[in-house]
Amino acid sequence: MPDPVDHPVHIIAMVMLCIALGLGFIRLFLGPSLPDRVLALDMITMIGIGFIALYAIATDKGTLLDVAIALGLIAFLATVAFATFLERSTLARRRRSGRL
Amino acid sequence: MGVFELIEHTLILAGAGLILLAAIGILRMPDLLIRMHATTKAATLGSALMVAGVAVHFESVQVGTRALAVIVFLLITAPVAAHMLARAAYFLGVPLWRHTAIDELGSHYDRETHELTAAEEEELAEIEAALIEQDR
Repeated sequence: MPDPVDHPVHIIAMVMLCIALGLGFIRLFLGPSLPDRVLALDMITMIGIGFIALYAIATDKGTLLDVAIALGLIAFLATVAFATFLERSTLARRRRSGRL
Repeated sequence: MGVFELIEHTLILAGAGLILLAAIGILRMPDLLIRMHATTKAATLGSALMVAGVAVHFESVQVGTRALAVIVFLLITAPVAAHMLARAAYFLGVPLWRHTAIDELGSHYDRETHELTAAEEEELAEIEAALIEQDR
């Protein structure tokens, strides 16, 4: 198995992605609202796709892009599910409190 | 160093740079909608560029079609997801930035009853009066 990062450009890109991941996690912890956290999760998945792309180049395995397809699909479904859940729970709370 | 390698490295670096910009944006921007503005587009384009770099690196049809599928899928789904999240956040009442100048939906959406009104009530009353006048 070859060295995962073998070229200066890939190392630079990997460092940039790591910093981006750290910043995304800071926003995930800070919040302050639930949509902020969902947005941070969405961005972290995008960073994950970038990691997979770098890893596919470094290990010379093109089939790793299948993982990227699956990850993108899961990210989309997760964001849509969270958004629907947020909308429904907001309306349900208002309905319970008799305002709707 | 061939032309293809140069293109690949440019795409990888541009993609990683855009993703880093998106991460800085999500941390530094003041409210949710501005954060979405900074993040959704930049991160989507960044990861699409990186996947395009993979396609250039391998120079094969199998990897190329996979990369194309990833890119098209990302570009189709990202706006939909962002729209749904922003919509849910607005209904939820996530506070806007204190310097926000224009909230066009604000005067039309009633947060208490979850209803959209086309115009202000005085305007509606005026229109109704005009219609009644017309009927006579």
